[in-house]
Amino acid sequence: MFGKKRVAIVGAGLTLFRRNLKETGKELCYEATKMALDSAGLTLKDIDSVAFGSAPDAFDGIHMKGENMIDSAGGWRKPFSRVFVGGGTGVFTANAGWWHVASGLFDTCLVVAEEKMSSCYPHPAHAFTTIFDPIMSRPLGTTLIWIFALEMHRYMHRHGIKKEQIALVSVKNKKNALDHPCAQLGANITVEDVLNSEIMCWPVQRLDISPTSDGAAALVLASEDVAKKITDNPVWIDGVGWCIDSTYWTNRDLYYPDYVEYAARMAYRMAGIKNPPKEIDVAEPYDPFDYKELHHMEGLLLCKKGEAPKLTEEGVTQRDGDLPINPSGGLLGVGNPIAAAGLMKVCEIFWQLRGEAGKRQVPGDPRTGVAQAWGDLMQYGSVIVLRR
Amino acid sequence: MSAKIKKYAGHPLKSAEIREGKVPTARWRPKAKYMWSAGVAMSRFLNELKNGRIIATRCNKCGRIMVPPRVFCEQCFKPTDNWTYVKDTGTINTYSASFIAGDASRIKEPIIVAIIDLDGASPGMGIQHKIGEINWKEVKFDMKVKAVWKPPEERKGAITDIKYFKPV
Amino acid sequence: MEDVAIVGVGCTGFRPITPEFSYKEIMFEAATRAYADANVNPRKDIDAFITCGEDYWDGHSIFDEFVPDQLGAVLKPLFTVSADGLIGLATAYMLIRTGQFNTVMVEAHSKASDILTFTDIVAFGLDPIFNRPLGGHPYYIAGLEMTRFLHETGTTKEQCAHVVVKNRKNALANACAAYGADLTLEDVLQSEPMFYPLNRLDTSPLADGCIVLVLASNHVAKKLTDTPVWVRGVGWNSDTSWLESREWGRAIYAELAANMAYKMAGIKNPPKEIQFAEVDDLFSYKELQHLEALKLCGRGEAGKLTEEGITQRDGQMPVNVSGGALGMGYAPEVLGLQRVLEAALQLRGQAGRRQLCDVETGLAQSWRGIPTATGAVAVLSREVK
Ligand SMILES: [Zn+2]
Repeated sequence: MFGKKRVAIVGAGLTLFRRNLKETGKELCYEATKMALDSAGLTLKDIDSVAFGSAPDAFDGIHMKGENMIDSAGGWRKPFSRVFVGGGTGVFTANAGWWHVASGLFDTCLVVAEEKMSSCYPHPAHAFTTIFDPIMSRPLGTTLIWIFALEMHRYMHRHGIKKEQIALVSVKNKKNALDHPCAQLGANITVEDVLNSEIMCWPVQRLDISPTSDGAAALVLASEDVAKKITDNPVWIDGVGWCIDSTYWTNRDLYYPDYVEYAARMAYRMAGIKNPPKEIDVAEPYDPFDYKELHHMEGLLLCKKGEAPKLTEEGVTQRDGDLPINPSGGLLGVGNPIAAAGLMKVCEIFWQLRGEAGKRQVPGDPRTGVAQAWGDLMQYGSVIVLRR
Repeated sequence: MSAKIKKYAGHPLKSAEIREGKVPTARWRPKAKYMWSAGVAMSRFLNELKNGRIIATRCNKCGRIMVPPRVFCEQCFKPTDNWTYVKDTGTINTYSASFIAGDASRIKEPIIVAIIDLDGASPGMGIQHKIGEINWKEVKFDMKVKAVWKPPEERKGAITDIKYFKPV
Repeated sequence: MEDVAIVGVGCTGFRPITPEFSYKEIMFEAATRAYADANVNPRKDIDAFITCGEDYWDGHSIFDEFVPDQLGAVLKPLFTVSADGLIGLATAYMLIRTGQFNTVMVEAHSKASDILTFTDIVAFGLDPIFNRPLGGHPYYIAGLEMTRFLHETGTTKEQCAHVVVKNRKNALANACAAYGADLTLEDVLQSEPMFYPLNRLDTSPLADGCIVLVLASNHVAKKLTDTPVWVRGVGWNSDTSWLESREWGRAIYAELAANMAYKMAGIKNPPKEIQFAEVDDLFSYKELQHLEALKLCGRGEAGKLTEEGITQRDGQMPVNVSGGALGMGYAPEVLGLQRVLEAALQLRGQAGRRQLCDVETGLAQSWRGIPTATGAVAVLSREVK
């Protein structure tokens, strides 16, 4: 095995995901953290360190917001630090928790991710206008959706993919989310509903997109010897990976996410995975837009380039298919409080591998799962591989 | 555990409750103002836009001609100080028609945005800009386009010195 | 256990303004220097890249979007730690200790001169419900803390002024420092009152600059350099976010971070085992408060020791020979790496006019500034112990 110590997940917590929650960011952190600790049968006394994750300060409206959240994430008078890699933050925070324990410095680490997007008023979209280059992009009035539309269109063009194929992802994930108790947008919709929804930035339509949300998620990590005292069924973090591509996104061919592939290869190498489609039983790729699930399945090497739409059409990615993808309902269905949404995916794989996912449980006794998030200017991939 | 948990934390609010002031809130408008130094590479780029030209840098090692220009090649990690003009024509690499403004409000006439691979730069060296003088439904991949510049007296040394690109 | 060493350092130097360069170009310069110093090619030899900063310092939401190219990190594992560079260094240390990474880069940069509304940004870090609506310049928090510190320890304003005189003077011998000056106690004590009891010269003025460090595991470090600087211990910690419930007189975060670092380094008697210290002095009193928290002297003693010249460059326990933040300049999130840079140069014997004699072990400590109660400590040595 890799690393000094093998690292286990022994508990998980999650709040509701909603467009507006009454709770402050601090209160959301507390709720998720408390649930994760309770589920592991631990208290804050048992925690040695905290890895915190949250996306732009502009959402919560607090500069250095990690510092503001310390107490609520269990970090008071403990080694606490925040990692931040845009939309990739949620999964990456679990990676950060891994190195706290794998380094041998700590026996336990709390992993907490929070986002309170509704604090950016009247619309969280405002925060996104400041993510662009101030010389090349901001003067043009660039928006988040339009850069993703450029990527989606390029992906469709290179592989000859139809909107109908992509819409199937939205239909599947919103349906899966009906079984998720925290979900914001679980629904039974049809491909026609997606294709008839209002055009945002062609080819992106309203139902191709995940919502803005408030929410928090948390995990408790422990070293091997400590984990075995806490639980009979730990879930092991066997691989972590991350990668960033160039800032100059207009200089890249957007049809394929190289950075996700590099991140996946890093994580698979650590986990000893040689044949991802065969060895991975369930996956939670990042799906803030429906085409991103397909894009990321390809980047995660779960299928060949351009093949993900076909697998989706064939039902392979359904919860009862050969390779269940986003059984949680993903960001499209559960919601997208950015960092919390990424960590929600790690929580889902944890529950799936423990056989505790209830109505969402994928059949076939899954043993290996992968979660992935994506961020920055279409340039960041973070990946984690979990095994029972 | 997920299956065993009966209740998840969180009190949902309706947007109207917030809008109508039915829940207590604290408001603040951040005063965050910046004046970024454009730096060596982009200062020259912006000055050349004023002259109606697009300037790039070339890497001595890999030979790439890069737009926007930079004082280093990120692939070779070498300084670059070879300056070269590229054309103000190019091909559409990918495009979109935006019906949404930055504040998430809807706009009637969509803004057509595109990545334009500039002629004279290395393959795939695109810049982001708008497309004009065409209905968005008629835009095609690989379409040839040319910059439409503001009149010289209106140029400020900004990317918006190019009004948009139009089909040729 | 895999020991970890600093094998390369790069610094642009610190200046009040740098209008000729973009922040990207500043970072490129520091990175190029560090890689040359470590004799590594970032495109091949670096396994992970850590950049430290906060969105509102840089003026971009998600600022790490704009960093990989100039660090040689395109299509490489890079990430942001939203913290001071010394917590970035602690993170690099953890990565190497996992056994999965041999060579890790840490970067922190400041282009504070790009910010037109610095005070408003600092205020934006206050709690939006309890503190921010009360208004005022947020440095009043340092005033509150200093008052309590002076009250609890019997330290005087004059003793704090000694810190300023010493550090600004030390900076005269440091080409990287922005604010070297030959001041008198009266200059400090008679500068305008800002946030009582702080006068203008008790606070560190802003500066631009970038520092990059390269760290490596034991077996790689020994191949790369004859002068590795070993990271024998790291620690970091945070007191409560709530201003209202802090211990205003004590720097609890520094006490706890030091405990962690000392334990890791096997240090039992800090003043005996540590020959010099680079500690946070963003405000003059902070140097004294931090020296006490780090147990380099007893509580209430730091002011007296400073008066007696013990912390001078030629004293028994030289403190901030670099000039500290008061002399080098306040570069947000770069302060920890300023301290580490000086410690590394001293231990390598490359500190030029500032070089201390026969130093084996030094300490670097940082604080994240207003309104945080977060800090970090590193113990650095010429030898692996
Ligand atoms: Zn090159």
